[in-house]
Amino acid sequence: MLVQMMPVVLLKKLEEEEEEDYDEEEAIMWYLCVFYHRLLDYRKPEVESLAELFRAFGEIENGDEFCCQNRSLQWRLPLHHHPDSPFHFVDLPSENVARNIANRSILVKGMYELWGEGSSYEELKDSISKYPDDRKLPYLDSNSTFKITIDSFGKVFSLQEQKELIQGLSYIPFKGQVKLKNPDHNFWLLETDNYGVNNGLPPVVQKRIFFGREIGGADRKLIPTYQLKSRTYLGPTAMDAEMAFLMANQALATPGKLIYDPFVGTGSILIAAAHFGAMTMGADIDIRVVRDGRGPDCNVWSNFKQYGLPMPVGLLRADNNLPPWRPGLKEVFDAIICDPPYGVRAGGRKSGGRKLLKGVVEPYTVPDDKRTDHIPSTGAYSLVECVHDLLDLAARMIVPGGRLVFFYPVLREDEFSETHFPEHPCFRLISTSEQILSSRYSRVLLTMVKIGPYTEEIAEAARIKHIEFRENHLKWLEDGNLHSAVFSPVDAHLTLSAFFTSFYLLLQSQSSLNPIVNILVKNFKIL
Amino acid sequence: MRLLTHNMLSSNIKGVTNGFPLRIEAEKVVEKTVEMNPDFLKKMFDKIQWKAFVDGSRAMGFTELPEEVDSSVLESDEFLSRFHHALLELHLEEGALVCPETGRRFPVNKGIPNMLLHEDEV
Repeated sequence: MLVQMMPVVLLKKLEEEEEEDYDEEEAIMWYLCVFYHRLLDYRKPEVESLAELFRAFGEIENGDEFCCQNRSLQWRLPLHHHPDSPFHFVDLPSENVARNIANRSILVKGMYELWGEGSSYEELKDSISKYPDDRKLPYLDSNSTFKITIDSFGKVFSLQEQKELIQGLSYIPFKGQVKLKNPDHNFWLLETDNYGVNNGLPPVVQKRIFFGREIGGADRKLIPTYQLKSRTYLGPTAMDAEMAFLMANQALATPGKLIYDPFVGTGSILIAAAHFGAMTMGADIDIRVVRDGRGPDCNVWSNFKQYGLPMPVGLLRADNNLPPWRPGLKEVFDAIICDPPYGVRAGGRKSGGRKLLKGVVEPYTVPDDKRTDHIPSTGAYSLVECVHDLLDLAARMIVPGGRLVFFYPVLREDEFSETHFPEHPCFRLISTSEQILSSRYSRVLLTMVKIGPYTEEIAEAARIKHIEFRENHLKWLEDGNLHSAVFSPVDAHLTLSAFFTSFYLLLQSQSSLNPIVNILVKNFKIL
Repeated sequence: MRLLTHNMLSSNIKGVTNGFPLRIEAEKVVEKTVEMNPDFLKKMFDKIQWKAFVDGSRAMGFTELPEEVDSSVLESDEFLSRFHHALLELHLEEGALVCPETGRRFPVNKGIPNMLLHEDEV
């Protein structure tokens, strides 16, 4: 059963009374944060990221970019609520910060200044009465307009019940005029039922009622506006609009920042970053994706034009395995956002063909007269190598304190073992959000913050690893071990574990090999 | 392709030690208006290889950048607007980027440079 929400509004007219001035209090306080009941794992990380973006933790001191990212918000749950509950309390430094976070978010249905709560309407009344008048009266004065909305989670109120509930609030001295459209102040009465079992949630043991003043909420109109089905140019792996916006929020996209997607495809992730004002840059190995599209007004550029967004400042055809960045270039991107081609949906490709990698043939020398239109062959690009290249690129090219946001595939059969995510000395993993794709696969959105400089030692280790990968490709192919890695998991463990133990950024334990092997299966089928 | 991108790229053909800067062969240059963001320009100024940038802008037909600069120029609005124009508004639509060491041409079509290497170059 889906959650049923029924807002209703009732007019209320009250006599005039003298007004009071109101100074916005900047003290830290708890705000009621109500989420949409979807993508549960993505909810708190989004709010945490936006808190960083809107400086909820104060300004970054000069030269302190590496140290400032070790901060998170305080959360607490309402009495007897399960962590999956849409109702949370979050500690934020000011109403402005709370408003900015809520309005920019995708998953916050509403952020409220809580005036009272209780397990019964008597308790709610007591609680609201005890809430200080100097917090309430400024929003009740006769020169303002207001609206009260009833919202419920896990139950439905009839119109008559809603009227009665609103009339039941008459102990609050509302003096303003009721206005249904764009009132000055929005008040909400939110109720969860005793029996929340049917929402797909474990039961919320106790009924809870909240009353508060709305501070802000997500602009969900964004999602229909940017939905994929109305987009001119689409590829098989285009990121859906909601997820692209969540990724752009994790990346702290904002005007004046430069954000890069090394697997840009049809540009679906960068579109979200551009919507938030960031400069964008993208690359892809497949020229059909980045350039040709399906005609003059159906390509990556036209996708940005369709929404009136600034075009990417750069698009190029390049191989993330052999990136064409000039020597010495570093720390130019504020963030890298991507959905790497792991082979779950679209196999990754890199330069060099199958026979070339096998060593069966010498490199094909392209005749001079054919060079212009020559299409170089590509070989399969494994998960580990792809992640290695991405982390190395990110470590070098992201600014201190900048973010790397990317999807990582996980095999769900492995639910009893702990999932190990990629690691890199330059990065700290700050959030992991899982989205289940099928009974077998899920993908996890990883957000990493750059906490250390890209030193010469790290660069050298990455260079050696890059060469090892090349050698291993040849070796695996020659021994036929890629095949056994695919079809006989025992051998695969032996072959692969020797390889992985030396691999500094991935997965130390045996248990973590299972998902990798299975991803490899997908990848090497094409070989 | 903007000069911002040009300034970041080099020829990464196997064996090439001096792949930067790529020489611009301009067949068609278009101008596209981009909203100016002074903070972005100041950040990018530190990352830009100035000589390659000036040479690139000349190859694209823009000659109003000073040969040498230090960070004091960032105080000048006039400089910022020229820098902005050269960095982000000049757009190489058709042409090529040429490896300074080998002469290999990386084609630029519909504004997108193709930096992918051939089999015998990796």
